[in-house]
Amino acid sequence: MLKSDSNITQLGWQKINFNVNGTPVEVYIPQSLLLIDLIRDVLNLKGTKPGCLEGECGACTVLIDGKAVNSCLYLAINIYGKNLTTIEGLSTTEKPLDVVQLKMIEHGAVQCGFCSPGMVMSIKAFQNECETNPIIGRDSEAIKKAIEGNLCRCTGYVRIIDAAEDLLSK
Amino acid sequence: MTKNLKIIGKPTPKIDANIRVTGEAQFGHDIQLPNMLYGAILRTKYPVAEIISIDTSKAKKLEGVKCVITADNIDVNNISYRRDHPILKKGQVNCIRDEIAAVAATSKEIAQKALELIEVKYKVREGIFDPFEAIKEDAPQINHFIDGKYPNKNIAEHFHYEHGNLDEEKAISKYIVSHRYTLPRVTHCCMATSNMTADYSKTDGKLTLYSTTQVPFLYQRDIARALKMEPSKIRIIQVVIGGGFGSKLDMYPYEPICALLSMKTGQPVQLIFSREEEFIASPTRQTMIYDVTAGADENGRFTFRDVRVTLDNGAYTSWGATTPFVMMQTFSSLYQCPACRFDSTSVYTNNVYAGSFRGYGNPQATFALERTIDMLAEEIGMSKSEIRILNANFKGEITKQGLHFNTCGHKEALETVIEKVKGHTHPLVPSQEWKTKRYKRGVGYASMLHVGGGAKIYPSDGCGTTLKIDPFGYLTIITGSSEIGQGSETVLAMIASEELGIDISRIKVINTDTDIKPWDVGVHASRTSFVAGNSVLGAVKKLKEKISPKAAQLLKTNVDDLIYEKGLIKSVINESSIELDKVVRAIHFKEPGELCIDTYFFEPSSEFADNEFKGNVSGAYAFASQSVEVEVDTYTGNVKVLDVYVAQDVGKVLNPLGLAGQIEGGVVMGMGYALLEELIVDKGMILNPNFHNYKLPTAMDVPGIHFYPIETEDSLGPYGAKGVGEAPLIPTAAAIANAVSDAIGVQIDSLPVTPEKVLRALEEKF
Repeated sequence: MLKSDSNITQLGWQKINFNVNGTPVEVYIPQSLLLIDLIRDVLNLKGTKPGCLEGECGACTVLIDGKAVNSCLYLAINIYGKNLTTIEGLSTTEKPLDVVQLKMIEHGAVQCGFCSPGMVMSIKAFQNECETNPIIGRDSEAIKKAIEGNLCRCTGYVRIIDAAEDLLSK
Repeated sequence: MTKNLKIIGKPTPKIDANIRVTGEAQFGHDIQLPNMLYGAILRTKYPVAEIISIDTSKAKKLEGVKCVITADNIDVNNISYRRDHPILKKGQVNCIRDEIAAVAATSKEIAQKALELIEVKYKVREGIFDPFEAIKEDAPQINHFIDGKYPNKNIAEHFHYEHGNLDEEKAISKYIVSHRYTLPRVTHCCMATSNMTADYSKTDGKLTLYSTTQVPFLYQRDIARALKMEPSKIRIIQVVIGGGFGSKLDMYPYEPICALLSMKTGQPVQLIFSREEEFIASPTRQTMIYDVTAGADENGRFTFRDVRVTLDNGAYTSWGATTPFVMMQTFSSLYQCPACRFDSTSVYTNNVYAGSFRGYGNPQATFALERTIDMLAEEIGMSKSEIRILNANFKGEITKQGLHFNTCGHKEALETVIEKVKGHTHPLVPSQEWKTKRYKRGVGYASMLHVGGGAKIYPSDGCGTTLKIDPFGYLTIITGSSEIGQGSETVLAMIASEELGIDISRIKVINTDTDIKPWDVGVHASRTSFVAGNSVLGAVKKLKEKISPKAAQLLKTNVDDLIYEKGLIKSVINESSIELDKVVRAIHFKEPGELCIDTYFFEPSSEFADNEFKGNVSGAYAFASQSVEVEVDTYTGNVKVLDVYVAQDVGKVLNPLGLAGQIEGGVVMGMGYALLEELIVDKGMILNPNFHNYKLPTAMDVPGIHFYPIETEDSLGPYGAKGVGEAPLIPTAAAIANAVSDAIGVQIDSLPVTPEKVLRALEEKF
């Protein structure tokens, strides 16, 4: 829908440039498009999950310049000039699983998995924060706070917290 | 059971965790088929109304709309086990979920726009939202599709059970308590909303459904009956399921609607609920009102239980109406009970209807029973731990309902959680300090009994397995059972790995396609590890009967002397060994040539309940006890759960990692039920259809959860294991309510225990 010339000329469409998972892209999008729809429908990256589309469940969490954002509450045009990391951006052919993901698997922190990509991104953002701010608390209370915006109905969170603690307290 | 196990009992990460944690797993939301359309459903604006007219002409004219259906242009049967539920409603709507029309369009936006263009004229009617009003003789009939099974026109379902002599037991009861309990309407909140992608092929008349059902074969039959099709022309492919918890045990209108849209257009159609729609239109836990009278003799031994339950059935019937089947077991058989009478009535109202939800009525029953036990203990002046241990179930007990407790960890579970909470708890505040102490702590106990070896409620409670070893030594398990995130694939692979000595990384599990997999009842009743696990064991045994003779021949030894280990088959006699894949190739490719494939069907030895609901309906029974310490802020009414101690008779730990996940997830779900969750319904309207106003527990709410598995090693379970999935949720709310009651000295008789309720109770007390 976005590459057709007729669309570009429509009122309210905009060209934006940004980096997605390290690769520069240029797309034409309606100004009202949400980031989650840009990610899932335009970029066709389905790892970012739509849980509520109202900013309550955290399943659609992505990183913008390293910080966790609910992609369902973020207007896509605001991604202009920024670095977007989705769950797909944590995997490479050489290294298919990020340390956060490895710890989640090892600790049994994944059940149905619908919340998992968002959960991974929130922990990743917290890990980034810990790296830039060495005095930040990284005990289980701090981790709970970091993922309080991510709902999970299967695990009771215990193993997710354990996984993050194992990763960040070492 | 002294066998030295290599992988069973060892923490094993889920074999499907990688694809889930990377977002690679394809949930229903992620499916894209060529030429796919998007479906959407128009629901009623009012819970109760006459439909004067439906005008779809403007919607049909909208560019991109391919199909609009109403009750007038489809040829279908009613759904639900009572056949009381039309897929699309005509003439009248009866609850706020009611589906009036549906569209298929080239985009989600166009589908939504089309719904706005459908003009429906309503004549709003008064509804009945209270089951006690609906059951009155002069109440108007709510559901017009019922078959007159009961004399009262608004009764959807009734159960009666009794054992023992109630009058005699009442007479010898020194202590009797009577109380009413009200249980709220809560909902599953699966993180993935309800979804379906239907793909009908005009050319061969086959319908493929990418579905999230937990019961694929029953579902295939239900879809066929709804759509008047041949069941075998329907292929169910289970997508990765983003949470089940019982919600996907029935078929709901949106599923045949999605199929109809595909059949009408000849194109694939995808239908996905918004979160608001999920709150409004997906099933709930059954709400109910319990009246319990129970007694004890002068020593504190239980004498009788007399129970009446009124269920708000909602406007149509789903599995919620049958939850008394499970609830009566708790009243008849949890703790020894000489006499019991249990009556339940499910009454039609104009509220939304309930489905099944993890525990299947048991959390409600356990709440009512365990609160009553606390009241009895107070009446007697006995300690709440002592009264429970005195009456606990025991190994070898055959209950009056006919349940055989071949193994039973009830007493051990109770003793464990009583001991553990004692070691950690803060001393209780003496009552005279009441007025000066803001924070009060209390301890509560509760136990539960649940089926742990399947549940014989269908003509078969069985599960089929096909095993295939390829010429490279990899094993494929094709199981009838389904994965909904609970980790069954991993447990089945562990069992096969244990028995065949094949590394788990070389085992694949195929379990999502009704055209391929053998029959199974489905994921319910905590049955998968027990039933599907036993089925894998049976299949392995058969497969070994094929492989071992060839291996013995090659190793010049006897079949009985072989062990399967680390990809090898070894002789314990002459210490020779051969790679498993070599043996497989020798069987495949040497004359006369045979495949290393076998199929096995496991049917548990359990029996059907008779017409008095008596009988040994499960292959094994699970027991659990929990103790909880809470802190109540008497200024705000806030309840904080500090620690939960869980001791559960799991028979045998198969995968400690998966088991702990089930326990913790269950406890936190039970905590939500106890303290936070309620779907607020006013005159049939749902007032809080979002996560902002319907509170789920978050990571911040997680208490200390301490788990002590009890291994009773049931002879019928795989390696002695019993079902575990539902159990951890069942006693949690009861134990929390008991702890709150202990902390502040007031009776808690409804859930959730909100700050408002706590403050009101405190106010009434002083």
